[in-house]
Amino acid sequence: MNFQRISALVKKDLKHMVREPALLFLILLFPVVLTLAFGFSFGAIGGAQQTTFQIGVVNANEDGLYPQYAQNFIANITSTEILIIQTYTDNQTAQSDLVQGKVQALLLIPADFGASCNAFQTAPNSPEQWINTTVSLYIDSGSMIATQAVPPMIQQVLATTIYEDQQAASPRPIQIGSPSLVEVTKQTLFDYMAPGLFAYASIFLTMTVAQSFTTDRENGLLRRINITPTTATEFMASKAFSNMIIAVAQAILIFAMAYAVGYRPDVGLGSVLFAFVIVLVFSLCNVGFGLITATIAKSSGAATGLSFLFILPQMFLGTFVGAALSSVAQTAGRFVPSYYVTDALTSLLLRKAPVTSPTVLLDLLVVSFLSVAVLALGILLFRKYGKAQ
Amino acid sequence: MNLNFLSPICNLKTKTESVNMNEYSIIMEHLVKKYPDVKAVDDLSLQVSKGELFGLLGPNGAGKTTTINILCGLLKPTSGSAVVGGYGVQKEPAKVKELIGVCPQDTPLYPYLTGKENAEFFGNLQGMPKDKLKNNVNTLLQKLYLLDDSKRRAGKYSGGMKRRLNLVIALVHDPEIAFLDEPTVGMDPQSRHAVWGFIRDLKKNGKTVILTTHYIEEAEALCDRVGIIDHGKLIALGAPTDLMREYNSKNLEDVFIQLTGRKIREET
Repeated sequence: MNFQRISALVKKDLKHMVREPALLFLILLFPVVLTLAFGFSFGAIGGAQQTTFQIGVVNANEDGLYPQYAQNFIANITSTEILIIQTYTDNQTAQSDLVQGKVQALLLIPADFGASCNAFQTAPNSPEQWINTTVSLYIDSGSMIATQAVPPMIQQVLATTIYEDQQAASPRPIQIGSPSLVEVTKQTLFDYMAPGLFAYASIFLTMTVAQSFTTDRENGLLRRINITPTTATEFMASKAFSNMIIAVAQAILIFAMAYAVGYRPDVGLGSVLFAFVIVLVFSLCNVGFGLITATIAKSSGAATGLSFLFILPQMFLGTFVGAALSSVAQTAGRFVPSYYVTDALTSLLLRKAPVTSPTVLLDLLVVSFLSVAVLALGILLFRKYGKAQ
Repeated sequence: MNLNFLSPICNLKTKTESVNMNEYSIIMEHLVKKYPDVKAVDDLSLQVSKGELFGLLGPNGAGKTTTINILCGLLKPTSGSAVVGGYGVQKEPAKVKELIGVCPQDTPLYPYLTGKENAEFFGNLQGMPKDKLKNNVNTLLQKLYLLDDSKRRAGKYSGGMKRRLNLVIALVHDPEIAFLDEPTVGMDPQSRHAVWGFIRDLKKNGKTVILTTHYIEEAEALCDRVGIIDHGKLIALGAPTDLMREYNSKNLEDVFIQLTGRKIREET
């Protein structure tokens, strides 16, 4: 590997980003504007405003076994100061109020909720003894903000209620994405969205990489580089480096903007830096998707459209946008890399999980594996079919 | 120079036995490039001496660019072989790429980089030492009248300026062998003559130059020898004056007409 060549290629890519207004907007300004907009809309700027949601609760466990768990659950929801509880004695009335918009979400606590919690508390390491049950959540589909903000908060409070402190050391909560306790009080909606924003911005690298490759191919620049002694390894390494630099720049800018609008993750510098590392690894995955797009696309215009084949699933299934989706869609999210990035960042920045927590490390492992696999596939396909189109 | 390349190359043994390898920069032996619908290069065999300015003359679509692309390793020949600078093009493409400079027919430039940055970028890809690169870039930009505009972005250049920058990039690393594919297409007469002077300087400095063109006067004015190609076949080879004498013609256009019954520039 010749570092003079790699350095020249990286510098060229960075100059491209800075000097091309459309690219600069897409890569840097768009995430910044998005962060500011979300921060102003959902963050507590200066600690002044906080959005609240009316949540209807039907507690079928009130007269059942171990009712204290359901009571704790409701108390924990109330303590968020974002979700305002309105209790109902029957489901029908509650559903009616939801339809009429009197409440924005409805939570149905099943009769066996307490028994389920107690079974878990009694034998946390024996899944065969657990009693499985479902807490149903209905959300007003007309309220876009509620659909995005309420589910992660409920899930978080549910995890806090069920698992308490013991789960910090247990691997089981990984299954519901709640490895450690989170103090949800005084947190804004933006705190729940911020981790997904980091992944969201990086996803668009797919489009810029695809455009860059197809434009260079159309203009004969790939052929021209191919006439020099530059090897394919040097060329691809430079693309990976330059996009990693861009991804870190994105993450720093988003963090700075989020900080400016009041985002204060209560975690140490190590966690923030580790979050950047995860975003860095994820950028390789998006370079890979960009290469695959460039292989398929015949022109730079087509590359822009085709890149959404990779951007949209990652965006809807794997970032803060996906929190409001159906359980099927959320399960599908486990097949997109951004899901693991958002989950890891949420664990680090929101749930305050340490960098050594199994959830974070497992997420990083999955992101790393997927990133290397997608990048390798992208390089392979582009070298075989994409260069000469 | 590595001459071990000779043995594994097919179809070369009998010819190379009688060819002094130190004498030639380029050797093509029975080169063929077939596409599903056309034979772009048809059994092309010729040698270009070191320091020679050789012209490949022919109408558009004759196979000139395909031949250049094979010689610089961008295209794989269907059959036959080529040796550039002593290295087999297919066997040791990396070595070949270190020796050659290619000025493509189109003008692939990074529009968001300045003229100087474009030249320096490609010089860096050639692995040039910093001082030498800076010196070469400035010298070439000056010779091709681009120094005053070197800090402007290439995307803002006129067509003629882009063509001249194209040439600067091809030669920034001072290659032994230069492939210039229609370097003056679309240039105004003043720019064209500036480029001609520049190409003559290359020859004076001992460089081997392969120039493809469909401009008769360009081939006549610059080339030591020309190979006239039509439909991928070499139909005539020699010094311009020798060819004109042989075919009793006043210029190379007439030679082409006598050989094919068509004008070079008519066919597209």
